[in-house]
Amino acid sequence: MQIKQEKSERHVLTLMVDNEAGTLARVAGMFTSRGYNIDSLTVADINEDHSTSRITIVTNGPPPVIDQIIAQCERLVPVHKVTDLTDAGPHVERELALVKVAGKGDNRIEAIRLADIYRARVIDATTGSFVFEITGSPAKIDTFVALMREVGLVEVARTGVAGLMRGSDQS
Amino acid sequence: MKEKSGAEILVDSLIAQGVEVVFGYPGGAVLPIYDSLFEHPKLRHVLVRHEAGAAHAAEGYARATGKPGVVLVTSGPGATNAVTGIADAFLDSIPLVVITGQVATNLIGSDAFQEADTVGITRHCSKHNYLVKDPADLAPVVAEAFDLATRGRPGPVVIDIPKNVQVASTGEKQKERNRHNPPSKADFADITQAIELLSKAKAPILYTGGGIINSGPAASEALRELAELTGAPVTSTLMGLGAFPASGDKWLGMLGMHGTYEANMAMNQCDVMLCLGARFDDRVTGRLDAFSPNSTKIHVDIDRSSINKTIHVDLGIIADVGTAMKQMIDIWKSRKTKSADLSEWWSRIKGWRAVECLNYPENKDSIMPQLAIERLYELTKDKKPIITTEVGQHQMWAAQHFHFDEPNKWLTSGGLGTMGYGMPAAIGAQMGNPDALVIDIAGEASIQMNIQEMGTATQYRLPVKIFILNNEWMGMVRQWQELTYEGRYSSSYSDSLPDFVALAESYGWKGIRIEKPGDLDAGIEEMLAYDGPVMVDCRVTKDANCFPMIPSGASHTEMILHSDEVSGTMDDEAKALV
Ligand SMILES: Cc1ncc(C[n+]2csc(CCOP(=O)(O)OP(=O)(O)O)c2C)c(N)n1
Repeated sequence: MQIKQEKSERHVLTLMVDNEAGTLARVAGMFTSRGYNIDSLTVADINEDHSTSRITIVTNGPPPVIDQIIAQCERLVPVHKVTDLTDAGPHVERELALVKVAGKGDNRIEAIRLADIYRARVIDATTGSFVFEITGSPAKIDTFVALMREVGLVEVARTGVAGLMRGSDQS
Repeated sequence: MKEKSGAEILVDSLIAQGVEVVFGYPGGAVLPIYDSLFEHPKLRHVLVRHEAGAAHAAEGYARATGKPGVVLVTSGPGATNAVTGIADAFLDSIPLVVITGQVATNLIGSDAFQEADTVGITRHCSKHNYLVKDPADLAPVVAEAFDLATRGRPGPVVIDIPKNVQVASTGEKQKERNRHNPPSKADFADITQAIELLSKAKAPILYTGGGIINSGPAASEALRELAELTGAPVTSTLMGLGAFPASGDKWLGMLGMHGTYEANMAMNQCDVMLCLGARFDDRVTGRLDAFSPNSTKIHVDIDRSSINKTIHVDLGIIADVGTAMKQMIDIWKSRKTKSADLSEWWSRIKGWRAVECLNYPENKDSIMPQLAIERLYELTKDKKPIITTEVGQHQMWAAQHFHFDEPNKWLTSGGLGTMGYGMPAAIGAQMGNPDALVIDIAGEASIQMNIQEMGTATQYRLPVKIFILNNEWMGMVRQWQELTYEGRYSSSYSDSLPDFVALAESYGWKGIRIEKPGDLDAGIEEMLAYDGPVMVDCRVTKDANCFPMIPSGASHTEMILHSDEVSGTMDDEAKALV
């Protein structure tokens, strides 16, 4: 017997939640307990009184599963609003990555040259290494990391996606 | 404001919510609360014998009274013992507020004595949970917890209270919050569309569920009227039995895995399906891609996540099901709507009914379990009993052969299928309805899962009746092994059974044994005549199976009606589908 797999779509969801103990565990745990995927997750409080946080989750699944994920998120008491940026229309997505490369000679020159093309900033340098800071779409970061691999990639730290709707509307 | 301890604030908040009974069990981490309950003039505490019993008793109380059930248990093992009941209430949407003790806040995370991460453990089997770290939060948390438990789709809410928060005193009170805004009324346009579809249908069906019971007695009334107006037949899930009278001429019986032939055939063949407060559970749908292939589906549910979860519907209506039905009735009447001619549909239903799918073979020597339930029904129906069940064949036979004309009379563990639910649920139901006849229809295996609760019934003089259909097998497991594993009965024999009559007597109950078909009525009468708790050991045919049955992986039209249609094996796909 084979276990069946269905075709997945990538969706970026943002959740406005109460900033209180356990909220993140509730959201993240709901994904695991119901077998949904989390590709990336970011969370930080977003207003002055620290009462509300915004969670951005990149997930994937077949369309009915995405709909179910949204409905299940909405059932959680501290979740006030869920927006599917992917469905809601034009939106921007950005991620930040720190990328460490080590090497000498040509590799070092090539790394700097590529970083320049990708608008990555050098935030730490030694004679044998660089740490680059790069922001952009996840795809751009993927490509940059792949290139760095060829010139001496040591490690990567990525923040996961943050996203907002384009235009004047609130998501 | 006068300073009060956390424990006092808690008890006062419970009183403010109208709580009359708490089911619980003491321990170190709840001693301050128990002290506040000592000889309390208004709050009655029912001491169970195991915390699982407390949770199920609270469920039974809630289901039978329509009020939330309240549980109080200690930290660590007290809380973990209650988890099954919390999960059970979660799947069956039963309103519970469960208060658990916790180690003092400064000890949390240190693997302290009787520490368990109750909030972590119950996070995904409760509607919501709280860890209260400040006594000033207690009153608003309790208020929000009751609101969450009872409004919208009901469910269990857990409040974990560290011991030092119970002891500390405060004169302050945090602001009340209410982050809960369940839908009530449906969209006018959706309701009119639903009526349009229903009135044009040539083969409509009302597929109803436990949501109607949860919505309250008015919803059951509305269902009766809606069925009358539309002329549509009515079927129900296990959880919804009683919302529509089984004596009504539009009643098709229960649907699903052990549902009637007519209910399942009508579900398969209908052209418009109106699902009211049910959730297309896998025990109801059978094989998904063969489920009611030609119908337009309308789904009314208060929980948006239930809509399109497993079955895609054409019209989803997010509303309280009672309110939505009332809206439908009003518009149907004001527009003087007429249904299409349904005579052909009803004549097809008549043909399916003629199969008489609930018939079972006669047996002169031993009591057929179906007969036992039939007689129990006949001899008690005038008393309008509350029936609880355990889980297994007896549960399905009770659903098939005991008939309910009113809501809140049928208490069973549907979603989680928890053996051991029935006796504590009967105790809870009896607490809420002191004068009612409450009977737990049990299996000899299930009843042993919470057998200790006999002591609770004795202590509180609760005259519950436990009617065990004793077939000496975990019958439902045996049936599946017969159907799927060529009769290799791996660990499904109920060996080393106690003498139930002697056991009953040792708890101060009356014990009755019934062994022959001819003694059935007398035995039941004897049980009814006794003013106190009774345990009946009704010895039934050992190898009877429950039919009709939709085997796993099959569609509604592939029902097994009799044991001679059983092949004894199944392919892997079917085996994997629970
Ligand atoms: C707590 C729990 N454990 C295991 C099961 C699996 N199970 C379902 S029915 C059943 C057998 C029940 O036997 P019995 O109570 O004698 O009832 P019968 O089927 O014979 O009527 C079992 C083991 C369950 N539903 N609940």
